[in-house]
Amino acid sequence: MIPAIEVKDVSFGQNGNLILDRVSLSVMEGDMYALIGPNGGGKTTLLKIILGLIPARTGTVTIFGRSPRQGREMVGYVPQFRTFDFRYPLTVREMVLSGRLSHIRGVLRRYRGEDHAATREVLQRLDLTGISDRTLSHLSGGEQQRAILARALVGNPRVLILDEPTVYIDTPTAFEFFDILEDLKRSMTILLVSHDIGVISRHVTKVACLNHTLHTHNTPEITEDMIAATYHCPVDLIAHGLPHRVFGDHEGREDQ
Amino acid sequence: MIGPGILEYEFFQNALLAGLLASLSCGIIGSYVVVKRMVSISGGISHAAFGGVGLGYLFGVDPLAGAFGFTTAVALGIGVLKEKAGQNLDTLVAAVWAAGMAVGIICISLAPGYAPDLFSYLFGNILLVPRSDIVMMAVLCGVVLLLVAVLYTQLQAVTFDEEYARVMDLPVTWLSLLLLVLVAITVVMLIRVVGIILVIALLTLPAATARGFSKTLFSMMAFSVCLGLVFSLGGLWLSSLLDIPSGATIILLATAGYVISLPFSRIGSG
Repeated sequence: MIPAIEVKDVSFGQNGNLILDRVSLSVMEGDMYALIGPNGGGKTTLLKIILGLIPARTGTVTIFGRSPRQGREMVGYVPQFRTFDFRYPLTVREMVLSGRLSHIRGVLRRYRGEDHAATREVLQRLDLTGISDRTLSHLSGGEQQRAILARALVGNPRVLILDEPTVYIDTPTAFEFFDILEDLKRSMTILLVSHDIGVISRHVTKVACLNHTLHTHNTPEITEDMIAATYHCPVDLIAHGLPHRVFGDHEGREDQ
Repeated sequence: MIGPGILEYEFFQNALLAGLLASLSCGIIGSYVVVKRMVSISGGISHAAFGGVGLGYLFGVDPLAGAFGFTTAVALGIGVLKEKAGQNLDTLVAAVWAAGMAVGIICISLAPGYAPDLFSYLFGNILLVPRSDIVMMAVLCGVVLLLVAVLYTQLQAVTFDEEYARVMDLPVTWLSLLLLVLVAITVVMLIRVVGIILVIALLTLPAATARGFSKTLFSMMAFSVCLGLVFSLGGLWLSSLLDIPSGATIILLATAGYVISLPFSRIGSG
């Protein structure tokens, strides 16, 4: 079986600092794979390498066996919240529609009937139809996040990549958002970066900890040795009551 | 001052045409400048145009043609340096801003004779735009309209969320460079109307005002063009009524319009 995302021995450095040190991971089809770790540990950098936005210094990344560039049509991406200007004059419908551009070839990249149809469908699915003529600045935080998710989904991706999707929304809204992801999990592979271990834990099938090097058992459990290796500070995290709290059953899915 | 017969004067027809063409390109390109936060880079590009005017004097080329070549080169230079060298944009802009003016000053001091209409390049005079410049403005405006019409969706994607545009494999680098060149073209068109020093205001104020009342980029552009027309023709009328410089009057009118609009803006002033 070809992994949905395969990262092999990827290293990346910037200004003499090694940000990623021989990182390898395999996200299998149907996984909901969570990447956790401290700020500056390289999570976003790894996502950008997987998306083909920056080249890895060494190592390879494949998406269903293809290079990140060739695999782009199969990938939906939810960037970190507030990476763009919410006051941009753009309706929700226009924003979602723009997510179809990766499927449109040619110099002009004109939208076709099927692009509008796909947009209507995804707006309906994420309960955005009633507010599709509003601009982003006139939506609530949860609606904004659903609109950004809709843009990622409108291209019918096989892999959905999310970078800290719930940072700027309140906890009840975050739980609602993860219910949507839980629903999407049946039809696509999901890779997400999060520090919100409490919310993600009920949903994920695998967890990896990344702090320059990657630690995982390819299970949904965060174990003390992973935490220790990642944060070099296990006591602090356990004091937050995080490991082992909600990881009761984990479906016995182990990919070794 | 302005009587019913004034429309028959060629200088006045030219002034109206110049105002119309300037408003069109300003409204459209200015909208990108505002939403993409390219205001300071556009200020740098417009002041660098003075270097082109000076080079034109020195080498006996039409100063506007000089400004066109030089400004386009500067815009491309900024774009490439920003992309490749990862230079701090603020510093680049400051360097280009001052160096462009410096090149202009030195060239003009070296050029033989006296530069009689230098003042009009710096501050503009919509009443003194010659017919030949109107033709050039019309051609440039046509180029701007055509490119924006053809690339509208892609330019929207790039100006809204550059990273996502890259993920979708759009030619982001080329489109960003093109946008800078479009800014350069627009700046050169506006030199005759409001002058190098005031260009940035006409490029940004109508668009910034329009953004407060627009749900889409297209409506922002359309509204911005209308505002540009009101400001430039209103400024033209006021300046001849009060016998004061037209370029400065247009800018003050645009500024007043912007300030008055702020309390009614749907997105607030922040």
